[in-house]
Amino acid sequence: MNLHRIFVEPWQSHASHYWPVFAMAFFVTVACGLIGNYLVLRRISLVGDAISHSVLPGIAIAFILTGSRSGTPMFIGALVAGVAATLLIEVLHSRSRLKQDAAIGITFSTLFAIGVILISIHGAHTDLDLDCVLFGKMDFLPGREPVFLGVPGVTVTMAVVAICVGLLIIIFYKELLVSSFDPSLAASMGINPRLVHYLLMAILSVVVVAAFISVGAILVIAMLILPAATACMLSDRLWLMMILSVLHAFISSLGGVHLAVALQVPTAPASVVVGAVCFVVVWIVSPRQGLISLWLRSHRADRAPEVRSAGNV
Amino acid sequence: MPDKNVHVPALEVHDLTVSYLRRPVLYGVDFAVPSGRLVGIVGPNGAGKSTLIKSIMGLVPSSGGWAKVFGQPVKEQITRVGYVPQRESVDWDFPVNVMDVVLMGCYGRIGLIRRTGRAEQAKARAALDKVGMLPYAGRQISNLSGGQQQRVFIARALAQESELYLMDEPFAGVDAATEAAIITLMKEMRDAGKTVIVVHHDLATAREYFDMLLLLNMRVVAFGETGEVFTGELLQQTYGGRLTVLSEIADKLAKEGS
Repeated sequence: MNLHRIFVEPWQSHASHYWPVFAMAFFVTVACGLIGNYLVLRRISLVGDAISHSVLPGIAIAFILTGSRSGTPMFIGALVAGVAATLLIEVLHSRSRLKQDAAIGITFSTLFAIGVILISIHGAHTDLDLDCVLFGKMDFLPGREPVFLGVPGVTVTMAVVAICVGLLIIIFYKELLVSSFDPSLAASMGINPRLVHYLLMAILSVVVVAAFISVGAILVIAMLILPAATACMLSDRLWLMMILSVLHAFISSLGGVHLAVALQVPTAPASVVVGAVCFVVVWIVSPRQGLISLWLRSHRADRAPEVRSAGNV
Repeated sequence: MPDKNVHVPALEVHDLTVSYLRRPVLYGVDFAVPSGRLVGIVGPNGAGKSTLIKSIMGLVPSSGGWAKVFGQPVKEQITRVGYVPQRESVDWDFPVNVMDVVLMGCYGRIGLIRRTGRAEQAKARAALDKVGMLPYAGRQISNLSGGQQQRVFIARALAQESELYLMDEPFAGVDAATEAAIITLMKEMRDAGKTVIVVHHDLATAREYFDMLLLLNMRVVAFGETGEVFTGELLQQTYGGRLTVLSEIADKLAKEGS
């Protein structure tokens, strides 16, 4: 395998192509990874999955109503669909005997199906095609999008979204922390946990729709969960988890670009695979929760009584 | 002029009714707790003890009646009321350490967006010291025993610096040393003029722990000074046919009476 072609050329002769792809991959994984920490901690990872599928009809309806593929109507459509999906799940869950997992299953698959139908009907004369919706098209960015300061517009949007998510988490760190850890304490202090939940879902919808075009509805769930899942094996402080998920996002997007070059495949799935490899490595070698240290500890615990009895003799 | 606290009860509940899925859980609950008292809420499982304090805090919607704290609706007195949820209600694998949890007690006072500073750190440290958990300040919460977890919750309540506390089963599943430490602390709080209301499940200790008792079984069976309320007849009314628990207590009461 030609290492020079994989690791050096993308940053030299093809730099103008790969920088935006890498930037896009990084901002997508950072935004998803940061918000994903709260999904994992609140045990609502599947809600992330639900929202990523549910924004599809929102995007389709926004497109049908306005006839444009520009950002603003799509954002609004996705936001409405995302929050509506959250509400629908809540209503199904609280007004029937269904548990939350069943409510999520019904809601997101139905909304996604409606989205697929809408796009199939209207998609013929648009460039909203189902392949893009499902798997994303990070690599076809350059040349097709409006450009600001040499960077494609979608990348700029994603950067703005990622920075906003980071800022919101910094500003409302305390409120998010207490309402995630102990909702009833939060409520007793006047921080409404339901309001926090819906705001979180609204932010998630924005992140998902921004990430949608480049990673699609299926891979975005990996971007949401993998960084947090990896970080929580390495740290037991929330702020450190956040920093580690940014690091994970960086490694998986950079690795993803190179893997994509090496195998001549799209960048989005390559980034997910690199992110998953990071997760598995951390799972094995993590100092406190890793498989190796667990094995060593149980091994030591098995041997300890022998040592003691030997000492007695 | 007498101190206004003498006249305004720390907590006043009037005709409070709570239903869950159209089934009444509590109805017509009426009582008023003067400030500076240590009050136990006792009753059988499913009597609505936790529901009562949750509904006072506004965490469970009530279908009728009201609760006032120091003469005003709870929402307007939020910083004067500290709520201690059941220990099992939170995820103890959450990535925070003991100090982080205790600092949460200060969140209500410092308000939105602003961060905790040195003053809050000092308060949290003092609170941890009071429950004997200061050496564990930096420890991750999943590495605590049940008793230690409860001490952390009590420390968090202390850091809230409230005047009225509502605690949900603080003695559930804790070791004897912790139970003794917590009741001592509650008595200190009461002596400092705070009002402490505790959901309690153990009749055997209820009489020695609390100044006043609320006997609850979906409605108020009795409320008053422990000496007046802790009688075989009223307990029988509260616990209904659950004789095994009651006969022991009744025997004990009879022996003491003779």
